Amino acid sequence: MQRMSTDSQPVYFQSPALEFKSSTFSVPVLVLSSNDLKIIELQLSEKIQKAPEFFKNSPIVFDIQELNRHDLDIDIGKLVKLIKKVGLLPIGIRGGNTDQNQRALEHDIPVHSLHSSATAEAANTPKKIASAPEPEVGIASSTVLITQPVRSGQRIYAAGDLIILAQVSAGAEILAEGNIHVYGTLRGRALAGVQGNPHSRIFCSDLQAELISIAGNYKISEDLNESVRSKPVQIYLHEQSLIIKDL
Amino acid sequence: MARIIVVTSGKGGVGKTTTSAAIAMGLAKRGHKTAVIDFDVGLRNLDLIMGCERRVVYDFVNVINGEATLNQALIRDKHCNQLYILPASQTRDKDALSTEGVGKVLDELSKDFKYIVCDSPAGIEKGAYLAMYFADDAFVVTNPEVSSVRDSDRMLGLLSSKSKRAEQNQEPIKEYLLLTRYAPDRVKLGEMLSVDDVQEILSLHLLGVVPESKSVLNASNSGTPVILDEKSDAGQAYADIVARYLGEDKPHRFIDEKKGLFGKLFGSK
Repeated sequence: MQRMSTDSQPVYFQSPALEFKSSTFSVPVLVLSSNDLKIIELQLSEKIQKAPEFFKNSPIVFDIQELNRHDLDIDIGKLVKLIKKVGLLPIGIRGGNTDQNQRALEHDIPVHSLHSSATAEAANTPKKIASAPEPEVGIASSTVLITQPVRSGQRIYAAGDLIILAQVSAGAEILAEGNIHVYGTLRGRALAGVQGNPHSRIFCSDLQAELISIAGNYKISEDLNESVRSKPVQIYLHEQSLIIKDL
Repeated sequence: MARIIVVTSGKGGVGKTTTSAAIAMGLAKRGHKTAVIDFDVGLRNLDLIMGCERRVVYDFVNVINGEATLNQALIRDKHCNQLYILPASQTRDKDALSTEGVGKVLDELSKDFKYIVCDSPAGIEKGAYLAMYFADDAFVVTNPEVSSVRDSDRMLGLLSSKSKRAEQNQEPIKEYLLLTRYAPDRVKLGEMLSVDDVQEILSLHLLGVVPESKSVLNASNSGTPVILDEKSDAGQAYADIVARYLGEDKPHRFIDEKKGLFGKLFGSK
């Protein structure tokens, strides 16, 4: 469970200077099937000639698992130099053995151990064990569960879903990148989908909120229809407007 | 080891000092050696309510700074020899208090005393923070009025996140609600929040309701904690609160309107 964060200390309202986020990029992978550097350079240059603008300073990951499968060693240092020489920026190695990975790191090339590729090492070990539990851990750790009342002035942020089993007092603020569930009276401010997810929802068993928001679309207490007040409801976004529906 | 009780509220003027004086006296009268500390440095009041203002030589800040020993600064109460008062300094401000200094004084008191009552200043700044930081139990004093209830709620949030117990992941501070200045007739007219209203917002264990009473002002003016006025409703309410805190089962009183003569005669509501 994530620790509740509250203010009271002056440092509280300062926004953090940085944060880590996970993003997925699409990067071309150079899959090698020969360890002859001359042939590689020749053929690579030919390819680049066809679309020089596309390849100019393009990041690239080189994959040598085919070579290792056929016990063809390759000089990583020379390969890196070659790739740079033709105008590409190598940002990773995939499918190398321990030795090759070590040499790649010496040239500041990060090692990508993608589970989908049978690396020389992974071939010896059962790879499923390592790869299977990962997504579950990712989901579970981003959900925040709170069992105590969220008091006025407290602020809780969840990188995923936020589940609160108690009340949320007026003057408290709960924020989630995913959905928000409040199994008590919601009197404070609830903001779901704060990173812009329009599909996130707010569920609560008693709506008396000061403010509700989904992906930046908000309603304040005054705008809440009397027919939904003090009732169990769900709130979601439909065509840029907040819909409040009985549960 | 002593049990450290903080009397707190967030909002000012709700009856923290009156409550601190009353429960400290109540615990001492039952034979428990009790110390009551005024954390309101710069706005010293507790000594007046306790009627010892003319016997103050050294104060809390002197002890923290090592200018006086704890024994020199503690004032024995004239009504009860189990009760000692540690007054605040009137010439300093809250910055004179430090976490280490307060911790040291409380540690030393803990060796000798059964209960230590910390009378918190209003607000959520340093004085209030240090008053609650080392607490085992919190008496949250609230008036039946929306701004007081919200401030209490805020204080409860701090108790559960900024205290020593919270920071060290120990068992959380036990929180109790004391509803003071309660006027049942005004509740009935809808001019004041009811016990149920406050309970619904704060969802907290109710230790007692103290009715609005002239005896409180009289007690403050004369420097005798109101709990010593056994005939008064407020005095009885505080006696009940001390009893409940010590684990006795006492039914709540002073929640319903006093019945007038006709009400008594005919049993109508």
